[in-house]
Amino acid sequence: MTELKLYQVGTFAAGNRLLDASERTEQSDAGRTNSITSGHRACRGCGEALAARVVLDAAMRASDGRMVTVNATGCLEVFSTPYPESAWRVPWLHSLFGNAAAVASGVAASLRAQGRGDVRVVAQAGDGGTVDIGIGCLSGMFERNDDVLFVCYDNQGYMNTGVQRSGATPPAASTATTRPVGSRVGNAFGTGKSLPVIAMAHQIPYVATATVADLHDLERKVATAMSMHGSRYLHVLVPCPLGWGTSSSDTVRVARLAAESGLFPVFEAVDGEIDGVRRIRRQVPVEEYLRLQARFAHLFGDPGHPDVVERLQRQADRSIAHFGLLEGEQR
Amino acid sequence: MTTHGTRAAAEVRFHGRGGQGVVTAAELLSVAAFDQGRASQAIPSFGSERTGAPVVAYCRVADRPIRSHDPVTSPGVVVVQDPTMLHVPGILTGLRADGLLLVNSTRRPDELGLPDCVARIVTVPASDVSRARLGRPLPNTVLLGALAGLTGIVSLAALQKAIRERFRGDAGELNAALAAEGHRLAQERSTEGASHAQAG
Amino acid sequence: MLRQVEGSRAVAETVARCRPDVVAAYPISPQTHIVEALSDLVAEGRAGRCEFLMVESEFGAMSACIGASAAGGRAYTATASQGLLFMAEALPNASGLRLPVVMTVANRALGAPINIWNDHSDAMSQRDAGWIQLFASSNQEAVDLHVQAFVVAESLHVPVMVNMDGFVLTHAMEGIDVPDQDEVDALLPPFRPLHVLDPDHPVTIGAMVGPEAFTEVKYLEARRQLRSLDAIQEVADRFHRVTGRRSGGLTSSYRLEDADVVLIGLGSLLGTAADVVDELRDEGLAVGLLGVTCFRPWPLDEIRDSLADASRVVVLNRALSVGFGTVLGADVRLTLAGSQVVVHDVVAGLGGRPVTRDLVRRLLVEAVRGELSDHQLTFADLDVDLAERELLGELVGPMDVEPEGVGR
Repeated sequence: MTELKLYQVGTFAAGNRLLDASERTEQSDAGRTNSITSGHRACRGCGEALAARVVLDAAMRASDGRMVTVNATGCLEVFSTPYPESAWRVPWLHSLFGNAAAVASGVAASLRAQGRGDVRVVAQAGDGGTVDIGIGCLSGMFERNDDVLFVCYDNQGYMNTGVQRSGATPPAASTATTRPVGSRVGNAFGTGKSLPVIAMAHQIPYVATATVADLHDLERKVATAMSMHGSRYLHVLVPCPLGWGTSSSDTVRVARLAAESGLFPVFEAVDGEIDGVRRIRRQVPVEEYLRLQARFAHLFGDPGHPDVVERLQRQADRSIAHFGLLEGEQR
Repeated sequence: MTTHGTRAAAEVRFHGRGGQGVVTAAELLSVAAFDQGRASQAIPSFGSERTGAPVVAYCRVADRPIRSHDPVTSPGVVVVQDPTMLHVPGILTGLRADGLLLVNSTRRPDELGLPDCVARIVTVPASDVSRARLGRPLPNTVLLGALAGLTGIVSLAALQKAIRERFRGDAGELNAALAAEGHRLAQERSTEGASHAQAG
Repeated sequence: MLRQVEGSRAVAETVARCRPDVVAAYPISPQTHIVEALSDLVAEGRAGRCEFLMVESEFGAMSACIGASAAGGRAYTATASQGLLFMAEALPNASGLRLPVVMTVANRALGAPINIWNDHSDAMSQRDAGWIQLFASSNQEAVDLHVQAFVVAESLHVPVMVNMDGFVLTHAMEGIDVPDQDEVDALLPPFRPLHVLDPDHPVTIGAMVGPEAFTEVKYLEARRQLRSLDAIQEVADRFHRVTGRRSGGLTSSYRLEDADVVLIGLGSLLGTAADVVDELRDEGLAVGLLGVTCFRPWPLDEIRDSLADASRVVVLNRALSVGFGTVLGADVRLTLAGSQVVVHDVVAGLGGRPVTRDLVRRLLVEAVRGELSDHQLTFADLDVDLAERELLGELVGPMDVEPEGVGR
């Protein structure tokens, strides 16, 4: 392998023959687990289905196949287990909506009690099951530092029930409960919460954000998380074509733009302190990101809401400054 | 369930405030009775945890298994660990006419202002005794010793054994000594109490 | 070994001897002494390899038990009242997934108004959750039932709730014989789950079942519950053979043989009632007592047979089904449908008001004399005057005054 910097080799390819085998993604390996296999009922272009496979396959590699999963109610659970079929090739337990973290804590404790502590536990939930109804149990799991990797697939709304607003819905987004009617311009500014920041406040061993646009980065973060014990939290942005009003072929592109605009900062934190960020190579104006999504369509057109777009731009700029996301800048 | 007599041999009601060891007193009495081969039951009245609040506890002792867990309504003995509670309504309710009222007080029975109490009254300065030996006013073991001496529900020896098991080391010895002191004082006071109970 | 010990402490020691893998604990009056004692026992190494998980809520507690059980571990928790409601979503989840979790419920009233004292409304509210519900009439039985609960749960793969009266039993100190480790081991083998999270044999637990299969799933669950009646009695018989003690089972009867009037109830009031039955028998009244130990599934045949020779039954309910009547009373009426037995439905002892000897005596004497209503619910310990005054006040209120200026 030469020292030459090869630009073809990078994060935009799931696998690449120019890479050393050890640096290739799990997804590029035909022998991957395929933890969630084909035949499930997800929408075309579903970011969550893609992320779940990437995350769990990476977790299976990291744990030598010694892993069990707990899954909250939501899109992922519903489209993957229509009795009598199941798309899961790993041990999988459906919890309820708000308790994936508590159920996972119980699984971890039970395995340890039985002397099977080598088996790792991964909990999965959507943003609703994490930041809203799931936050009590999740905070409890964090505070006890239970040995669970909790993965939140954030599509920024209650998608499975028809696209209602959640505590992760971004400002100005149109959802079934924040339609831009009357004087409202979509979801209100000044609401919402950042679970990654809340997770950091619990000072758990590892917190990371990622998107489905950068599979190497996502897999690496799963591997990092799995190399640790205690509570670990991974927050993955997963565009939802149905809920966001994007083209089903734009899922990866939209996720990339979210990161490159600064609206979705990509970073890692260890023991509550930022440990690294994924720098933006070229800052993309938020408008380029927003225009691809029908949930922001009301911001454009005649007259549209240019003031709101401007406000979102300022939010993105603040996020970039806060996390030090632009290349060449120090935090 | 098998056929048994329905009334317990002895029923005691303890009154005091949270933090004075009222519940412990009832439990110690029950343990002592158990160790003497009798059936016994201690039940506290219940509330959220709070010091200074009125607390009631019951103890039943019988020579047959005790099946019922209802509150003691006709106690043969009422023990008042805190004299400031003497005039709280209900404190003497149900006390049998041939029963005993044992009060933690430096006063004499006829100085307590209970002219309507027909039961025998005995006072023991339990707080003072415990302050002298323990350095703080914890009247329950003194009163238990007095109770044992006055009623014979349990022996002093059984009581002291229960105390030593409950409070390990020095605390156990000190409290056992307090029980003995209470026992002794009760013997002294009981003659006084008997004569005063005739009045009014 | 028989020793003077607090009910909660005895239960905790029993649970520890049942070798749990995970105990999930969240405190609520009046269960606190149980989880506190278990915490000490685990820390002292007296609960085997048990993991003690201090969860953030009762919902977290039952959730953790579900996870623990699905991972192949023996799981236990305890709660009461509001806590039971807070985990309500997880209860049918456990039974639906056939996870044999065992839980103590220290029976306490449901708010509002908030009330921390003993009645049976909490257990009643979850009677349809698919859990087996056993009621202890004494602390000895409470202790014994916990061993039996694990045996029943794990042989049937159904979760079991052991109900014991809050404060009245949990905080009572009396002579209790806690089964020793050998006795427990003779009765309770290692847990063999029906399905388990295991990387070597991956399965999906908890799929989404649609209209095409749901009915069959629930029917099978119902059939299994009814079959469990035999198993529950069988486990009680086995318990008797190992310990020499009669505890548990479906019902308990006392002087029922030639009883004309029978009192039916749940829990610790049965002890009080037994004393009263003896007194009244001495006075020549043919009264008897039937205790329901297994409340769910409802042992209909057993109860019907037990009451075959009675002419009157007094059901003493410590819970009220607002807008309907009572649960236990309704269950008894259903059981006796078509028979000539007169049922007197009585409510007493709500929110910790004690069921006293005097109250039970009065009820039985009135029943014998035919003075109890057989069609109206009797509130036996109600301050009638106070209630009537309040109701009168509600009838003559602002609503009866014409608002000014409003035309007809």
